[in-house]
Amino acid sequence: MTQVYKQKRAFDSLRIWLLLPSWVTIGIFLLIPVGLMLVISFMTKEFRGGVIWELSLAAYDQFLFDRGLFGDEPPTIQWTYIVIFLRSIVQAAIATFFCLLIGFPTAFFIATRDSRNRTFWIFLVTVPYWVNLLIRTVSLKFLIRDNGPINEFMISLGLISEPLGLINTNLAVQLGLFYSYLPFMVLPIYASVERFNFTFSEAAADLYADKWSTLRRIVLPIVAPGIAAGCILVFIPSLGAFLAPDLLGGAKNFMIGSLIEEQFKGNAGNWPFGAAASMILLTMVLIALMLYTRQQAKSELT
Amino acid sequence: MAGLIEDKNMIKKFLVISTIAFTLGASSSSSEGKLSIYHWFEYIPQELLNKFSEETGIDVTMDTYDSNETLLANLKAGKIGSFDVAVPGDYMVSIMHAEGLLDEIQPGELNNMGNIQSQWMDVSFDPGRKHSIPYQWGSTSFSVNRDEYQGDIRTMGIIFDPPEELKGKINVLDSQGEVIAMASLYLGIPQCTTDKDQLRSLDELLQSAKENWASFNSDGAKDVLVSGDASVGMIWNGFGAKARAEGANIEYSYPREGLVVWMDNVVLLKDAPNRENALKFMDFLLEPENIAAVTNYARYSAGVEGVDQFLDADLKSQPESVPPADAPAGSFVEPCDEDVQVVYNQIWTRVKQ
Repeated sequence: MTQVYKQKRAFDSLRIWLLLPSWVTIGIFLLIPVGLMLVISFMTKEFRGGVIWELSLAAYDQFLFDRGLFGDEPPTIQWTYIVIFLRSIVQAAIATFFCLLIGFPTAFFIATRDSRNRTFWIFLVTVPYWVNLLIRTVSLKFLIRDNGPINEFMISLGLISEPLGLINTNLAVQLGLFYSYLPFMVLPIYASVERFNFTFSEAAADLYADKWSTLRRIVLPIVAPGIAAGCILVFIPSLGAFLAPDLLGGAKNFMIGSLIEEQFKGNAGNWPFGAAASMILLTMVLIALMLYTRQQAKSELT
Repeated sequence: MAGLIEDKNMIKKFLVISTIAFTLGASSSSSEGKLSIYHWFEYIPQELLNKFSEETGIDVTMDTYDSNETLLANLKAGKIGSFDVAVPGDYMVSIMHAEGLLDEIQPGELNNMGNIQSQWMDVSFDPGRKHSIPYQWGSTSFSVNRDEYQGDIRTMGIIFDPPEELKGKINVLDSQGEVIAMASLYLGIPQCTTDKDQLRSLDELLQSAKENWASFNSDGAKDVLVSGDASVGMIWNGFGAKARAEGANIEYSYPREGLVVWMDNVVLLKDAPNRENALKFMDFLLEPENIAAVTNYARYSAGVEGVDQFLDADLKSQPESVPPADAPAGSFVEPCDEDVQVVYNQIWTRVKQ
């Protein structure tokens, strides 16, 4: 008895030591920076970038209330930033939807191949990731611009008479997000479909379920965690993306990422406001994730 | 066993590679030390940097930015102390001085100070040239594709109230200072105005003009004109000349309402790790032959005496550098007080919303 107990103790202390590197990494690269952001968001801004270490709610006030161009009107709700946030959420949601639409059949296709061929298909999915995101986004820009190869090809075939006018639109941003994050959808779904036991669907077929209801009532519930993971992995980076809106959208319509970037790098030079916008974004994402995990826990109970 | 042999080979390979790397590194790093430059993109020919390294034995590293504001932001965010020199525009020199980011050039530290043209010696943004030397100067206006539009282009209305055929084909520099300065000239109101009605009309003008703009792009300002993605592009004169040289059938406009001019300057940064080498570099850039190489490359104008004989022949007749006789006098972008800047920032955010 004591022997077992001692072993367990030894294992526990070993576990602490083994976990230490991860905790240190998370602490240094995640908790401290986020903590710093939180603190800065409650400080006073310094003109042209920087922070004065005096407590202030000005950053959150700027986010929420519109006091007119000169700050002397009675406060009304500030729509500017709400619109930017809503646009980002809608863009990210649409990107997630299309990634799912294309990603799920792709993942299903790969997972149902011969096990020797699967590695090859997965390899193909990851190939774009050998190239930096910036370069891929710039390449996409060259492809879709009005005088670019896609438009010229379609005009030469007579499919269209005028260029599509894709570049510098929200649709182009959408395309960029979809293209950048598609593999993030395919890989987790693949992982869960690969583990799916296909004898279940055979059983369903034996019980006269048609293909659609087998998919809906047998396959989807089992691979749902993979789908959810994929959606999260696409939605969250899309929400904060700034390369796609900058390069493909012509930097005309701020998304959250570009709004935050502008506060630190651009003309605004308002660090507390940039930090506050980041904290609001982070809070929204955390709430969404918490709702999701609670939902998961509930569905596991029932 | 096989694994062991492989490991041994690996180690051998590693040793060989690291020895090569070490000797290469040793031969290229010289005793004269380093120089770290923070510079605009596409603004200095590599050959000139090589020439400097050969003459002095100093290793040069360069990092780039695409706007004065990015330069300021990055220096304030902690990059000060890692660069020796930077190349801010006029108004940014005074801002950086006010922020305490500049070191002072002591009298006699630069041998070639006397080469600076007299009109650029006592400038408003750096009286007496205590912190900076001229690099290049030019104007900010716009170029118009003449295949797409044949009408009068000598008005800023092309940007702010464009004719029907140019709507949605305009690229604007992603540079708040220059866009707002130009809009102020167009409206005929002073820069950094505190008059509320004037600020409101500035806001209205930009919000309505934005509807007709295709994109905001500074580092791609040349490419969008060359590729034809934009028919009108707000651009710096030399960058516009380069776009024309690359085949775009464009004409640079000298609008009657006014002309935004600028001067970029090499400044000595505070806490420069290689202050001596920074001064050597500044002296190097005050040699007419060297700064002429920059002018030939960037297609702007130098602020140094005796440059002419080293310039490409076509530069002297380049329409982007030779304003018509009736062109208005140039105005520099003015740095505004915080009160006005806050309003400008709001206007700019609403433009980009």
